[in-house]
Amino acid sequence: MDFDSVQLSAILSRIQFAFTVSFHIIFPSITIGLATLIALWEGLWLKTGNPLYLQLAKFWIKPFAITFGMGVVSGIVLSYEFGTNFSKFSELTGAVLGPLMAYEVLTAFFLEAGFLGVMLFGWQRVSAKLHFFASCTVAVGTWISAFWIIAANSWMHTPAGYVMVDGKFEVASWLEVIFNPSMPYRLSHMLLATFLTATFVVMATSAWYLRRQQHQAFARKSLSLTLWLALVLAPLQAVVGDFHGLNVKEHQPIKLAAMEGIWAEREANVPLLLFAIPDPKNETNHFEVKIPGLASLILTHDWHGELPGLKSVPKADRPNVPLVFFSFRIMVGLGVLMIFIAVAGLWLRWRGTLYQSRWFLTVCSFMAPSGVIAVLAGWYVVEVGRQPWLVQGLVRTMDVVSPLPPERVLLSLSLFVITYSLLFGVYLYFFRKLIKKGPPSLEELQQLQIGVKASGYAVSFTKALAADSPVTQSNTSQEGKI
Amino acid sequence: MDLALFYFLLLGFAILMYVLLDGFDLGIGILYPWFNSDEEHDHLMRSVAHVWDGNETWLVFGGVILFGAFPAAYALLLSTLYLPIMLMLIGLIFRGVAFEYRFKSTTSKKWWSRAFSLGSTLAAFCQGLMLGALVQGVPADSISQSSLVLLTPFTLLTGLAVVAGYALLACAYLVMKSRGAIQHKAAQRGRALVWVVMLAMAIVSLWTALSSDQIWARWFGGWHALALLPLPLLALMAARLLYRDLGRVRKSHHQARDVAEKHEDRPFWLAVSLFVLAFMGLLVSLFPALLPGQLSYIQAVAPDASLWFMLPGVLIFVPLILSYTIWGYRIFAGKVEDYEQGY
Repeated sequence: MDFDSVQLSAILSRIQFAFTVSFHIIFPSITIGLATLIALWEGLWLKTGNPLYLQLAKFWIKPFAITFGMGVVSGIVLSYEFGTNFSKFSELTGAVLGPLMAYEVLTAFFLEAGFLGVMLFGWQRVSAKLHFFASCTVAVGTWISAFWIIAANSWMHTPAGYVMVDGKFEVASWLEVIFNPSMPYRLSHMLLATFLTATFVVMATSAWYLRRQQHQAFARKSLSLTLWLALVLAPLQAVVGDFHGLNVKEHQPIKLAAMEGIWAEREANVPLLLFAIPDPKNETNHFEVKIPGLASLILTHDWHGELPGLKSVPKADRPNVPLVFFSFRIMVGLGVLMIFIAVAGLWLRWRGTLYQSRWFLTVCSFMAPSGVIAVLAGWYVVEVGRQPWLVQGLVRTMDVVSPLPPERVLLSLSLFVITYSLLFGVYLYFFRKLIKKGPPSLEELQQLQIGVKASGYAVSFTKALAADSPVTQSNTSQEGKI
Repeated sequence: MDLALFYFLLLGFAILMYVLLDGFDLGIGILYPWFNSDEEHDHLMRSVAHVWDGNETWLVFGGVILFGAFPAAYALLLSTLYLPIMLMLIGLIFRGVAFEYRFKSTTSKKWWSRAFSLGSTLAAFCQGLMLGALVQGVPADSISQSSLVLLTPFTLLTGLAVVAGYALLACAYLVMKSRGAIQHKAAQRGRALVWVVMLAMAIVSLWTALSSDQIWARWFGGWHALALLPLPLLALMAARLLYRDLGRVRKSHHQARDVAEKHEDRPFWLAVSLFVLAFMGLLVSLFPALLPGQLSYIQAVAPDASLWFMLPGVLIFVPLILSYTIWGYRIFAGKVEDYEQGY
């Protein structure tokens, strides 16, 4: 293959990976937090006996199931894409990253999948406590999964614990590989992000119900709960994000320079840019709106602190600055908005007008996708900011792509674009449909509770009925749907 | 036993588990067009809705074991088999989401049925095609050649054989999990599929043995021949018993009698043993290659540090996974009930 088609093929493989991984991360960002919330509600229901909690769990388990399904099918693609499109990378780093992913499958994927069946379909087959256990296991499974995949990803940003043998990575210390310098920050930042994402999805839905004066008791309960959660999680995320930023400054200064739009080789008294248009060609920013010295203060704890800039490395070693710069501002902007909403919620609660304030409920209901957008923007900062490296400072992305003919990658990329666009539309359609349908009524739940409490009793009773007359079976079969 | 061999066998185990487990639920999708009514389709879907996700996890497990223990093979195999892998993934995506959306849809229901059955069939066919390509071997520089080099009469045959094989597994599964008309039809179709599968297996086996002197010598040369003889014989016996059991199920339906319980459960285990035997035969032919003619497991193996690190994980978690998987299956043991509530 000639040079041009190698380049083209590499670019297409990178676009495909970026597209498929971006699509995938939408779903785990929601399910990790939502699984945790569902387990929490189920636990509260068992503890207090308040049917509102069961209603919450039963209602959210449906959007959860479709989201989880989307996450599963789009995730399988990724576990194969390293090999199909980045074969040289897989060969170079397989000894380090492969085992981490093997542990992810062994300790998390099987666990989630194994207990998901019981969580979704086992309501009438197991006792309420065992069902709660299954829900908890699914939630814990999602956290464990995040742990391993973040460990693997972080290693690519701050590689540690390795030796090079014959030009390939081998492991000298697994502890250093797993708990590499950026891993604890990235893991806590990401887990908090998923909790926030789910919190705001639930909050937006409850606010939407309240604005339309539907399902009042149900919606009040979840709006109140999610606002308390946001009040704790959103500020905490800002603090963790700040620590993460300091870690980036230490290990990936060029990424930080791109985030902050610092061009000079070294700059003291760095302003915090609220807005600017970075211009990589002329190595400067246009239309800066700034607060003098604040970036220095945040990152060095000194108004006059010095930070390295983009010009300290050759152009070939810099990431796409505008993309990193704007993604970072989108993420931080949404984070600030989340804190604002949590605080405003507290103020309205104190005033006693939380459930009546139309402007507040409207703003809340528009926040449904805020978490997902912030997560995507955050990952663009992280991943684009590391370019041109795939393993920071050691492996260049363009050097390790599979030598595939460009038209083959173009074909698969087109298939993914078509498939995923279609499925995303379908997902939103069904998500909306489930939300519009609203929670199951308390009467329905009461019937269910009989089934749950008398574990298996209802099933065997109906079974006996069905065995007696085939007519009963065909009549009741209509109810099983959904 | 050395570690490399252990991981080679573990990889084999993961693939076999995947083929058996996802085999029957992909097979349900392949059988879909043979059933007509909405109620029957609901029933088919419900019979595997709670397990497909766990079954498919074995595919991911196989992938990451290959990645972690044999990175060079992971890189070479996956990039060489690029297009069939991508098509398989697209197939798996469509049939996977169909589980979620079909039960929630009203107007689009028939589209989800199509997505489920076409996706399952496409995924199964691609797997068979890749199997054929592996057995046959691929040209060393095939990555830069047209993907059509993967499409030969032999790979077409293995593709169809795997589709038929999964369908057979699914028939046996349905005989175990259903009653009435569905069970009857599954037994009938299953009997025809036993013939198809056995014929395909015979052709593939002979073709493989004839294609390489080395494989020929392994099966028919010297004392191995005697030691390996039980494999085909047991396979024939399993097929014979399977055929007879399915016949009994069919006959009971004709005579409107209850089907004896052992005849309901045994076909599934017979179909499973048929697959296990075929898989062992394959292993005999291919060992120690990961990509025949190009790469053996010994050449591709990861450094010891990686193998040792994964070992406790494998030894602790694989038994654990097997036990809670069995527990999960037991919770949903017995016939699929159409009146049971989902989530």
